[in-house]
Amino acid sequence: MTMRDTPDTRHRRAVNRAVLVVSSLAALFGLVMLIWILSDVAIKGMAAINWDFFTQLPAPPGEAGGGLANAILGTVLLTLLAALIAVPFGVMAGTYLSEFGKDTRLGATTRYVADILVSAPSIVVGVFVYLVLVRPFGNFSGLSGSVALAIIMIPVVTRTTEEMLRLVPKEVREAALALGAPYWRMMFGVIYRAAAAGMMTGIMLAVARVSGETAPLLFTALNSPYWMESLNEPVANLTVTLFNYAMSPYDDWQAMAWGAAFVITAAILALTVISRLLLMKRKPS
Amino acid sequence: MARPLTAVDAPETAVAEAASPAAMPAPPAAPRVRAGLMARFGDRAYRGFTATFALGILLLLGSMFLMLWRESGPALDAFGWGFLTSAGWNPVTEEFGALVAVSGTLVSTVIALLVAVPISLGIALFLAEISPRRLRTPLGVAIELLAAIPSIVYGMWGLFVLAPLMSDHVQPALQTVFGFLPLFSGPPMGIGMLTAGLVLALMIVPFIASVTRDVFLMVPTTLKESAYGLGCTTWEVVRDVMIPYGRKGIFGAVFLGLGRALGETMAVTFVIGNAHRLSSSLFAPGNSIASTLANEFTEADGDVYLAALIELGLILFAITFVIIGLAQLWMRRMAGPGKA
Repeated sequence: MTMRDTPDTRHRRAVNRAVLVVSSLAALFGLVMLIWILSDVAIKGMAAINWDFFTQLPAPPGEAGGGLANAILGTVLLTLLAALIAVPFGVMAGTYLSEFGKDTRLGATTRYVADILVSAPSIVVGVFVYLVLVRPFGNFSGLSGSVALAIIMIPVVTRTTEEMLRLVPKEVREAALALGAPYWRMMFGVIYRAAAAGMMTGIMLAVARVSGETAPLLFTALNSPYWMESLNEPVANLTVTLFNYAMSPYDDWQAMAWGAAFVITAAILALTVISRLLLMKRKPS
Repeated sequence: MARPLTAVDAPETAVAEAASPAAMPAPPAAPRVRAGLMARFGDRAYRGFTATFALGILLLLGSMFLMLWRESGPALDAFGWGFLTSAGWNPVTEEFGALVAVSGTLVSTVIALLVAVPISLGIALFLAEISPRRLRTPLGVAIELLAAIPSIVYGMWGLFVLAPLMSDHVQPALQTVFGFLPLFSGPPMGIGMLTAGLVLALMIVPFIASVTRDVFLMVPTTLKESAYGLGCTTWEVVRDVMIPYGRKGIFGAVFLGLGRALGETMAVTFVIGNAHRLSSSLFAPGNSIASTLANEFTEADGDVYLAALIELGLILFAITFVIIGLAQLWMRRMAGPGKA
């Protein structure tokens, strides 16, 4: 006896094949876009990059040469300061969520609000920090920029810390407690150490994310063509520089903007890939 | 009982048991008691300390809403509810309305979702069910890299690469086919609502795709295998098992993408054209809430002007808050009560 395809079966197979093709095309589209965007950024960006790019101050439009050394330094400092504020805050809040707030109302509410803040529009954070830290003091400042970036980092660090602490096996906790350690000693002596690699990964991803942020810096750190001298003045940074240069009518500034885009993208992708690799290495154990 | 260990009960029960006469007839030595008290105090303090930071996150949200509300006062007083329906935006006469910016935000977001949702679902489906096992990880990584590219790079790419392409090829082609529709009328300038929507779409595709893939991967294998066992094709398994099972999660993913698109600033500001007028054509330049803020906030002189911009920010924050709040609610239901 042979199986005969009824018209119905043939129809079902055809529909199935069509869906498979469409879905594969969608995946192909994603891949093509990635390659397209990255290659544009790499080709046009590399053309603008030379030794001066990393060592010199910006040149006025029309003048050859110049670099974005101040902006690179500024972005690094703003991001580091943001991490200094956000990491302790996020780690503590995440500790509460994982250790004490599993079933409390504060825990549930904070978890929910943190998840919302992760996706909240970053430009609104910029407006908020402007109202709190810029207008009352009368000047744009690097510090306010870092605070804005920190506000964006905090919910991310909080949620990853919570997840990573939850991954530490119960037996490890019980062993520490059985030795008579108070709960806080158990946390600092054992649990944070056990979760350290995972928490680092989360922090790196958060850093990668905010180092590409522009909107929260527009009204806080602003931008500057000079080296920074204090955190109480506008601070040059790569993303706002990129925005200003790309929107300018000058060809050499636009070329610089591609250079900035390349540096930012390369740094962020490198951070992302490294942290993913670290995470993958840890998973099997 | 599988109750999780918590700080308060662990040491307290330890102390209580140590002190109970049944467990230990002789009273515990004095130093032990002091150590126990110290530990208890330390744990209380530790718990209180961490709770302060958790509370800090709530306070942060509260003060953001409060501050935006308070500082938009002059605009609230001057325009009232009429702010939402007025299309005016004139810094000289100090007449402001949110209609242009709000509708620009909505139109660009709708375009983005129309383009991004089918593509993202296709990618998610491919990654979860169709792709050969060897391709899964590299493709998954590629999608996550796309999600990691900062939005300003998307915006810049949109301005310098996509916009010329749109004005030279895509928009003229659309016009020859659909030119009779007002949606596709006007000069093909490259920048404008349509291009902004497309750049936004590009930006949220990897995001929606990776969340949806995770939702698809949560479908129990036994469910899928039973359907395959009945002779279902892959598409039938997807349509009748995976999509119904993951419906809430998929809605959640789409709404999360929607929330991102609504609030996205840099990807839009480069290509939307920054013109404060309403137009029925998708080729025309416009403005979104975020792009208006990005362009005008530092230049706003005059209290009413600044307050009007802050009120725009408040509107954006409120809209995205509701959308993302709903999305998170659905994602939690999907994850189940235990995994929230």
